[in-house]
This record gives sequence, structure tokens and C-alpha cells, in this order.
Amino acid sequence: MSIIPNWLHRLSSPRNFYRFAGTVSDWCGWIALVLIAIGLYYGLVNSPPDYQQGDSARIMYIHVPAAWMSMFVYMVMAGAAAVGMIWRIKAASAFANASAPVGAMFTAMALATGMLWGKPMWGTYWVWDARLTSELILLFLYLGYMALQSAIEDRDTAARATAILALVGVVNIPIIHYSVEWWNTLHQGATVSKMDKPSIHISMLIPLLIMALAFKFYYFSNVLRRARCEVLEREKDKSWVQELVRGEQP
Amino acid sequence: MRPKQRNRLILAIVIVLFVAVSAALALTALNKNINLFYSPTMIVHGEAPHDRVIRAGGMVSEGSVQRDPDSLQITFKLNDKVNEITVKYTGILPDLFREGQGIIVQGKLAPDGTIMATEVLAKHDENYMPPEVEHALETAKQMGVANTKKD
Repeated sequence: MSIIPNWLHRLSSPRNFYRFAGTVSDWCGWIALVLIAIGLYYGLVNSPPDYQQGDSARIMYIHVPAAWMSMFVYMVMAGAAAVGMIWRIKAASAFANASAPVGAMFTAMALATGMLWGKPMWGTYWVWDARLTSELILLFLYLGYMALQSAIEDRDTAARATAILALVGVVNIPIIHYSVEWWNTLHQGATVSKMDKPSIHISMLIPLLIMALAFKFYYFSNVLRRARCEVLEREKDKSWVQELVRGEQP
Repeated sequence: MRPKQRNRLILAIVIVLFVAVSAALALTALNKNINLFYSPTMIVHGEAPHDRVIRAGGMVSEGSVQRDPDSLQITFKLNDKVNEITVKYTGILPDLFREGQGIIVQGKLAPDGTIMATEVLAKHDENYMPPEVEHALETAKQMGVANTKKD
């Protein structure tokens, strides 16, 4: 009990969660929209082309944030699923379930943009190197999570089973991140997240970071909206949900 | 924390640790197979097989690219700053192919150590900068060279 702060405990009541999530989701959505507009303008119009790749490098303003998000979302999802499993907090399980499709979308986006860039630059859409393969495994982990979750009828059993799957898949995250260092890969090494100075010019780094921030806000907006739906579905027999439905329909 | 919750927390930690250890063991055992390519040094030392298709990766040596005027055939050398191997290839090269660029070729190793490549892939580095910055760096490098020559 002592580990969970009081406000979090109050939040775990479905009714409070529903209201809180609605407000935060709206705010995050608007912030994401503004940031994406700024980031895309800065990245596609205002930033310089790359010295080697020319304008093709601009796909990184989508590709890199999407790839970062694919790993970030997984860690959040696995963390929420574990909290849901250990303390039996339904809102946490709902949050994990809602994260899976968003994470899968980011992973698919990173893979698709990477392939489109790979054909002209590398000379191939796909190679089975460690980075590309581990990212593909991540996509299958998300899809597996979603399949498992919808295959089990009972919500508590499903939450337990999916939490274990999510925890097993956590091992893939450091493998994705360090794959370019541990093995010879076609994919280049880390540009921004290495210990010394990032090897990207500041005029390209700023739009990249704006886009990364925008994607984070988009994720939170989207995931809270999905979690709200799940809470409503779970609580459909409760009086507050029925009041809500009756109140909103004249 | 109640005992049941503690047990589930321990279960979660054990799962993560257990999977991490088994993955580490499996990946260490498969280490060589996960590498996408052999380096020129590995090939010179005879670590690459002759009987099947392999990949070799390295930098295109400066001044080693020879194009056949009548066909798409191209011959160049790959180095890893220690050893050098020759590559023969016929076909279209990717945009990023140039001297000094890191690339990966796929093909069979001939008995004389030449690689008969069927595919050439360019490996991009992790540096991103505008053309002006690259130009400034080049100029600075040449001035540096000029200065050392004067001394």
C-alpha cells in the first residue's frame, strides 16, 4: 500500500480515471497537433538537406521519432501491465491494453518509413540485420499482445496472461537499442542518444526533437482515449456509467 | 505490501531476469551468425567460407574504383583500415556509393580472394549535417593539410 501514492490510488477508481483521462487527452491532443505542425514545417521546409542524402534524409523526422516511440511505448505498456498484474489495478491493465495498438502503429510506421528510405539509400528495402529483425520482432510482440488479450474472455485472466507476455518481451528493447553496437549491421549506429556529442547538426536536431515530443503527446492523448473506452466497457453495469449515458443523451 | 502482491512482484522480476539471461546466452552462442557481414580482415584470415554466398563490409578504398567503359562492370577495393579485398560487381549502385563510403557487398568468394558480388548495399553513417557544414569541414581539413605541409 505504502508504495502507491495517495493520488494514484484515488485515480485508480474508474470514475475518477474516466474524467481525468478525458481532460488530459484533450490537452495532449491539441499540443500534439500544434507541435506536429511546427515540427513538420521546420523539418520539411526550413531545415537544410543532408550533405550526402539530400532531401531523402527528411524522412528521419518521421522515422526516428516513430522508432523511439515504438520502444518507449513498449516500456510503458510492460510497466503498466506489471503494475496491473501485481497490484490488481484495473486502470493500469486498461492503460497497457490501450498502449498496444498505438505502439504497434509506431513500430509499423518506423519499419515502413525505414524501408522506403532504404531502397534508394542502401539499395534494398529489407535486410535481415540485427536492428531490422529485432524491430520486426517488436511489431510481432505488440500484435501477439493484442491477440492474446482479445482471445481470453475473462478480463482478469487476460490481464495476467498479457502482463507475462509483455514482461517476457522487455528483453527485446535493449537488444533493439544496442543491436547496432553489438553486431555488424547495415543500419547505422546511434546518432542522438550516444554518450558524446550527438553527430547531427543543430538545425536538424531541433525539428527532430520537436517531432519526438509531438509523438509523445499524441501517444498520451490516444492511449487515454482508448483507456476511457475500456473503462466504460468494463463498468457498463455500474450506475455512474448509466447516469453518464442518460445525461448525455437528451 | 501484502504477501500475495509481494509474490507477484517477485514473479515479475524473476520472469524478466530469466528471459534476459536466456536471451543473453542464446545471442552469445549465435554471435557470429547475427553479424550481417564479414570484415576484410576476417576474409583475409580465412574466416569466411568459400562455398556459399557471404556478405563483406568495409570502406571503399580511395582511388580504387575502376569502371568498365563498355558495361556496368565495376571493380573496387574494400578496406577496414587494416586489410583490403577486391570486389567485382556488375549492376546499378545505390545513391550513397562513393569512395570512402562504408558499404556491404553480397557474393561468392573466388579462390584468389576476390569477391564476385551480386548485390552492393551502401551503409549510411550516423552523421547528419547540411552541405555548407560539410563544405566548411572539408575546407578546414585541406587547410590543415596545407599547414602541416608548410611546416
